[in-house]
Amino acid sequence: MSAPIILKVEAVSRSFGKFQALQGVSLEIPRGRLCALIGPNGAGKTTFYNVISGRYRPSRGRVFFEGRDITGLPPHKLVKLGLLRSFQITNIFPALTVLENVLAPLAVMHGMSFSFWRSLSSQKHLVEEAMAILERLGLAGQSHREVSTLAYGDKRLIEIAIVLACRPRLVLLDEPTAGMNPEETERMIRLIHELAARSEITFFVTEHDMKVVFSVAQTIFVLNQGSLLAQGTPEEIRANPAVRQAYLGGSLDAERA
Amino acid sequence: MKPRAGTLFAAAAPAAFLLAAPFFLSTYWVMILTEILTMSLFAMSFNLLFGYTGLLSFGQAGIFGAGGYFAVLSLIHGPSSLWAAFAAALLGSAFLSMIIGWFCVRRDEIYFAILTLGFGMMLFTVAHNWRSLTGGSDGLGGFTLPPLDLLFWRGSLADPRHFYFLVLGVVFLGALLLYRMVHSPFGLLLRSIRENTQRLSFVGADVRAVRLCAFVVAGTLAGLAGVLFALFNRIASPEMLHWSFSGKAVLMTILGGSGVLFGPAVGAAIFYVLEHVITAHTTNWMVFLGAILVVLVLAFPRGVLGSLLHLAARRRGRPRP
Repeated sequence: MSAPIILKVEAVSRSFGKFQALQGVSLEIPRGRLCALIGPNGAGKTTFYNVISGRYRPSRGRVFFEGRDITGLPPHKLVKLGLLRSFQITNIFPALTVLENVLAPLAVMHGMSFSFWRSLSSQKHLVEEAMAILERLGLAGQSHREVSTLAYGDKRLIEIAIVLACRPRLVLLDEPTAGMNPEETERMIRLIHELAARSEITFFVTEHDMKVVFSVAQTIFVLNQGSLLAQGTPEEIRANPAVRQAYLGGSLDAERA
Repeated sequence: MKPRAGTLFAAAAPAAFLLAAPFFLSTYWVMILTEILTMSLFAMSFNLLFGYTGLLSFGQAGIFGAGGYFAVLSLIHGPSSLWAAFAAALLGSAFLSMIIGWFCVRRDEIYFAILTLGFGMMLFTVAHNWRSLTGGSDGLGGFTLPPLDLLFWRGSLADPRHFYFLVLGVVFLGALLLYRMVHSPFGLLLRSIRENTQRLSFVGADVRAVRLCAFVVAGTLAGLAGVLFALFNRIASPEMLHWSFSGKAVLMTILGGSGVLFGPAVGAAIFYVLEHVITAHTTNWMVFLGAILVVLVLAFPRGVLGSLLHLAARRRGRPRP
């Protein structure tokens, strides 16, 4: 792997009281490589995400983003550096329109949080940028609809649109297809592929749905009981006996069938 | 987008009415209209926090009343100048809301409401008990009205029609500021905070600073309304700061529509007109007023203006912007 490392996690541990949620996890993600994090329930995936995205401070260990130590930085600082996460639960601005959902983060990005006299619609560059993002996600035709009236799958796309508006370089996608029907899941997979191929964004995905993981990821990390159990290409992970034993067995076979 | 003819008419008709009203209404109704305009500004300032930012403030009356006291104190102890009184009230209420806001914007929902209630009660107690400065429960009156000196025109505050135009001008400026604000990027962030505070902070916004900004603007405009109120009544009294006075703003806002800028103004108009019409006929006016308000709130779930605009938008087949 010659690509520079965009995210480096060094021996990160995190405990809650006596419970060790993470124990010395280390991993590296090269720029542009689509990576996924899997593991059985309670393996520590969510804790790991929260540590990287700044919600929790690790008890021990360090996190580096583009070579810069970001351990313990709060989320809003990480956003400015280009590291963002999406949420498992749809986390959008319900009573605002599709366009406004993207305009709000854009206004923040452009340092216009306190611009109170100019009208928003006169900010052509902002509106154009927002429309370009919506077009990429196939939502441009619905720009004036209130997002609370959208179908579930489209609401999840709004979530992605908000993330894209922040011009990220690394995006942590937390279960992007959770709760979606097969069609919506298919569309989301295509979208992730397309964005990963056509933009400068590196994606790091956690997923429950093994079908999604194996069709999306180039590198898979397996977390089990707070430690990294294995890492490798989908083929290597499929063939890894420890992984199969720890958790994959059933779903892997189902995937092959 | 070009404004439609209907939209233009909807904006021009009330403006024309407000400008022409003193020339055909009786003095009694001109004074009621003055009261309505003053309370509109107060309720609209409240609604910047409530309807747009999702923060229910029960301390808005505290700053409103403080604005009135600042102005009267400036008239009694300072120069007999209307503009000095306005300046004292603007600076005073801005400063006051900065301090109160600094504490309050750290919390939201019911906690914010309770914090503002606490500060409001403190301000009320200061006005009520600091007799040497504020006149205690009697209030602070007995000042001479300053001259109404505009560059090209001299009027008198004692003339209800002159006073009306002063109020109209001040309320217009306040409403203009609010109008620009809610249509600006800042206004979008306020609504985003109302919808999902945590999400907005996750895209890098300084939610606390944005909220504080809204709090100071709302407080300053409330203080401005307080000046008009105190000058109109020739007295600044502790009741102006009482939390139940904040309740009036809540009522007018819900009645007219919290989702629209001029909703609180419509609510204030309905409230005062009903009150004056009913009190003319019965001493049990509260029963009738209460009953009518209940019917209105049930019939117009988005408030009277909010529901009407929503209906108009649906007819045009376009979602409300």
